[in-house]
Amino acid sequence: MISLRDVSKVYDGAAPAVDELSLEIDEGEIVVLVGPSGCGKTTTLKMINRLIEPTSGEILVNGRNVLEQDPVELRRGIGYVIQSIGLLPHRTIRQNIATVPDLLRWERPRTRARVDELAEMLRLDHGLLDRYPGELSGGQRQRVGVARGLAADPPVMLMDEPFGAVDPIIRERLQDQFLEIQRELKKTIVFVTHDVDEAIKMADRIAILNIGAVVEQYDAPEAILSEPASDFVKSFVGLERGLKRLSLIKVADIEVEEGPIVAPTDDVSTALAEMERSGFGWASVVEEGRLLGWVDPGCLEGMASVGQYPPRRFSATVTDGSSLREALDTIVTSRTNVAVVVTNGGRYRGVLTLEKLTRELIA
Amino acid sequence: MTGRPFWDWDWVGRNGDLILDQAVQHLWLTFLAVVIGLAISFPLAVLAYRRRRLYPPIAWLTGTLYTIPSLALFAFLTPFTGLSTLTAEIGLVSYTLLILIRNIVTGLRAVPPEVREAAVGMGYTDRQLLWRIELPLALPAVVAGLRIATVTTIGLVTVTALIGQGGLGALMLGGFRRLYPELAVVLGVGLSVALAVAIDLLLFAGQRWITPWSRRAGDRVVAT
Repeated sequence: MISLRDVSKVYDGAAPAVDELSLEIDEGEIVVLVGPSGCGKTTTLKMINRLIEPTSGEILVNGRNVLEQDPVELRRGIGYVIQSIGLLPHRTIRQNIATVPDLLRWERPRTRARVDELAEMLRLDHGLLDRYPGELSGGQRQRVGVARGLAADPPVMLMDEPFGAVDPIIRERLQDQFLEIQRELKKTIVFVTHDVDEAIKMADRIAILNIGAVVEQYDAPEAILSEPASDFVKSFVGLERGLKRLSLIKVADIEVEEGPIVAPTDDVSTALAEMERSGFGWASVVEEGRLLGWVDPGCLEGMASVGQYPPRRFSATVTDGSSLREALDTIVTSRTNVAVVVTNGGRYRGVLTLEKLTRELIA
Repeated sequence: MTGRPFWDWDWVGRNGDLILDQAVQHLWLTFLAVVIGLAISFPLAVLAYRRRRLYPPIAWLTGTLYTIPSLALFAFLTPFTGLSTLTAEIGLVSYTLLILIRNIVTGLRAVPPEVREAAVGMGYTDRQLLWRIELPLALPAVVAGLRIATVTTIGLVTVTALIGQGGLGALMLGGFRRLYPELAVVLGVGLSVALAVAIDLLLFAGQRWITPWSRRAGDRVVAT
């Protein structure tokens, strides 16, 4: 979808900002360019929509050389979202989102409908549409920036630290929201960030760039974490590579252990035998597939059946959609030292233990 | 002294038409000067903004014009253009240029770079960028310049009475000043100041009206 072929950008009297970079970006994927500041990642991005003209090489978008196209037409066909957002302060939010449709002279009703659709998609309150950018919070402004980039439904989006200007909690929310939207829209996205965690989270593939936009490694996040291609990559990705990998794997991706289960109707001797057999020293109480809680031998003293004792609640459980990193967090903070996996409907699936996660990382 | 009173309302009443005529003349001379000044300043300011190297010479030229004392300028021009409105306007217009050009350029330069980058990145042409984004955003600065230029010009118009123009200035220099010298001066100065204040307020209100975003921005910030 996007090909950079031996692209260089040289400013007079300086080392090349981008040195013969070649990169293929497939349709519908998010490729994140990540690297230290001054590595040429933003320059690379801006050459794709010709905000910066390459010194040599060629850039193809959808098979067409961008250098042979009218830059204004080219840019109207590519979504562009930047960290500082650059909303037009004298236009309402509605007018801001409609920027490119207006430049393309869409019919008014079409533009209106499109803005409403995008506001819904990005969960921008309808009442905000008639406000000015100065009246919005940082998080709202960044969502408007993304909506504006998507407005004319461009197949290609260029995003330069699009969530960089908000605090970490809001950033995470915006990232999740954008990934959700992307699952539907399947845009081809070139995304620049200096934040490795953001790259790992957002990318289908990550290009780790060294000074001069030299590609140190271009691969899926999982591969970059498990097999860093160079010392540069290793040090850039930093500590906690294992934890970062855990955050990429979903509970649904691995097999869970069955774990010790008892039913409320079981009598105490059966329950104690189950705890003994499994070696856990406690058991989940499951009634017709639903997880009620847990019991240990102390609870059952003097009882006839499990059901006589109200099961103790798990302080936290994980679902198939949770990452293994979340599962690990649950394991180390729970009294039982396991993460109990339930479905979204609260049905029991099994347990994850520390040993299981360790095996998963080594595999 | 013959015991004439300082103030004579009768006289003011009888000469109401004259006073009104002079006030209208005063406004007209001001209006012409500011409009012509703006018409000259605007392209020069845009040029100086787009080609940074041109700003210093333009600023130097208009700055020099600004420093010429008005009396000297009129004395210099009179042999060529006579005691005419043209002479008056050449002077008045010259004095608006520095103020207007400097304010327009300042306003254009104050447009946030990220706004410009985003706009170009989304496919604005240079012309669209200027007319739809840079100029509207520069409006508060432009209007600020217009206000200073207008108030300055209202004051200067008085001086053009010396070359037979002058609006309210003519009241002060006119024949009746021998009759009521204090009254003529007070009336001329008072009305001229009143005009300046009124026009200034009008321009200020006009600016608030055409730039609603600068009015509402910052009034309230809504939480995410």
